Amino acid sequence: MIWDALTLQLGYNATLVAIGATLLGVSAGVTGTFLFLRKRALVSDAISHATLPGVCLAFMVLVALGGDGRNLLGLLAGSAISAWVGLLCMNWLTRRTRLAEDAAIGAILSVFFGFGIVLLTIIQTMGVGRQAGLEGFLLGSTAGMLWADAMIIAIGGAATLLLVLILRRPMTLVAFDPEYAAARGLPIHRIDLAMMGLVMAVTVVGLKIVGLILIVALLIIPAVTARFWSERSEHVVLLAGLAGGLAGYIGAAISASAPNLPTGPIIVLVSFAFFVLSLFCAPKRGVLAAVLRHLRFQRRVHIRQGLLALAQGQKIYEPLTLRLLRRAGLVRPDGVATDTGKARAGKALRDEKRWEIVRGDQAHEATAALYDGMRDIETVMTHDQIAEIDRQIGGPQGVPA
Amino acid sequence: MLDLISNEGVTVEAQRLEDSPLAVRGLTVSYGQKPAVFSVDMTVQPGAMTAIIGPNGAGKSTLLKAALGIVSPLSGQVIVFGQPLDKQRARIAYVPQRASVDWDFPTRVIDVILMGLSRELGLLGRVRARHKACAMDCLNRVGMRDFADRQIGQLSGGQQQRVFLARALAQGADLYLLDEPFAGVDAATEKAIIAVLKSLKDAGKTVVVVHHDLATVTDYFDHVFLINTRKVAEGPVSEAFTAETLQSAYGGRLATAQIDQISRALG
Repeated sequence: MIWDALTLQLGYNATLVAIGATLLGVSAGVTGTFLFLRKRALVSDAISHATLPGVCLAFMVLVALGGDGRNLLGLLAGSAISAWVGLLCMNWLTRRTRLAEDAAIGAILSVFFGFGIVLLTIIQTMGVGRQAGLEGFLLGSTAGMLWADAMIIAIGGAATLLLVLILRRPMTLVAFDPEYAAARGLPIHRIDLAMMGLVMAVTVVGLKIVGLILIVALLIIPAVTARFWSERSEHVVLLAGLAGGLAGYIGAAISASAPNLPTGPIIVLVSFAFFVLSLFCAPKRGVLAAVLRHLRFQRRVHIRQGLLALAQGQKIYEPLTLRLLRRAGLVRPDGVATDTGKARAGKALRDEKRWEIVRGDQAHEATAALYDGMRDIETVMTHDQIAEIDRQIGGPQGVPA
Repeated sequence: MLDLISNEGVTVEAQRLEDSPLAVRGLTVSYGQKPAVFSVDMTVQPGAMTAIIGPNGAGKSTLLKAALGIVSPLSGQVIVFGQPLDKQRARIAYVPQRASVDWDFPTRVIDVILMGLSRELGLLGRVRARHKACAMDCLNRVGMRDFADRQIGQLSGGQQQRVFLARALAQGADLYLLDEPFAGVDAATEKAIIAVLKSLKDAGKTVVVVHHDLATVTDYFDHVFLINTRKVAEGPVSEAFTAETLQSAYGGRLATAQIDQISRALG
């Protein structure tokens, strides 16, 4: 069943939803990364909650005009307008008053959402009878998704991606160093507004699938997931797009494979699964890698200190050091150095002297920055460089080279 | 150096707005009700190295930021190479304080230098071999060539500062404004930075530095601008950097012993 879903063989609606969710995931992941890099991830939460009054007002207007009230394009246009108003209010609060951004986010989020809920209740008592579906914008509803709905998502997502491509350099520069960007004459506030406008576009486009409460997860989680895997912002952006797209696709497939599984929340859970996987398993920034690195580092420090003590004829009392040295075959059970141990100890002492020279010489700065107290010097320098350093140390000094 | 007319061994300062790479008139900047910089006139001399000095909170960095339009002034005007700031931005390079950015940002050293080339690269232009070569050359000038591919989070404070300087060099500007480039850096970095700044000056560029170490002013700079919210003194080091001007800029905040030491150093 899940296989049928993953290969898009579960019928027309399921296929539309899967394609739409994938596109939405990609554009949300890519756009959200810039918000994350700018350290304004929570702005997306305010923007998304500010869409609700717009949806309701648009519905009322459409009904008053004698329409059906469920025209998706009309409802999305309404949501975009009220999200934009919320965005401008928030911007004004942070720039013109002493309110910090988090307070402004809280104020806008709750007031707009509260107003939206009031409007929603009014609509339900209006007796129009066709309002069923508006609640779907809260958590997304994909049951009755039409071809036209999927097209709106596809076009909106593609337009967002294109704009991100055009604005990626200024947005990165502003995120990294806003003062420098301002000194270069970049219109920082307009770039920020453009970035938030893109987030708003993704939010509006995603209302149908994941709904306004959960869209924030799709904007932020892929970005933080991707950050575990790369130290380059371009790669973080691409990986976030990939993580978001995969989450959308797999989530839609899972929800289609069984009755009564909500699409939006499942997508968010799949996205979260990627996050947990990255949190633990990412090679450099992951938790497991960090623990292993720490243990390995500790072991190396102990062995190194043991070797230096041996080389200088000091007695070793630390039990962990002794155990590690014994296990490596560097000392005998009675604590006396083996032949290998003696050779390694001599080398360690020699390397210490060499590092001392390297670290004292500005010409070797890039190498010196790699010093961690125990790295074998030949892993970072050529034999000629080492020979030159040995000439500076002069003589064997009782230490084998 | 056209603007400095030598007359029987006495240099005459460029006074006209049009002759100065950076002239500020009546600049007032205020955060809230208390002005940080009040009605300041400054005329930077072309082809010279100028230090902006003053006590903590005297408005040194604010003056620089207002001159660059990073903070908007309450009043006053900024003239760059005889024209409004926005027409001459391409000729200015700014080196912000190291602590103003998050060094855990996912980017490599070379990418930071390439930010200095953003004007040449445009929005969609590809980074080509010549851009990389230019960036590497700038890194080389600050002695950081071998760091190009490292993540910026791995750098020491001094190395971070030199990366920022290299990014400014990449712009190929005529006027360099640096905010506390020597704060919290190692001696090797200070030497490297000052060597680069002197080479810029020798190439006819203008350098303005917000500086806090009074002991090195006479060694490093030709001109000083003393500020304590208002302008205190401006001119060649030999004339404007004296025990009296320091006393008046720092008030009680500078120990008498320090002033004595400096005036002895000045002879």
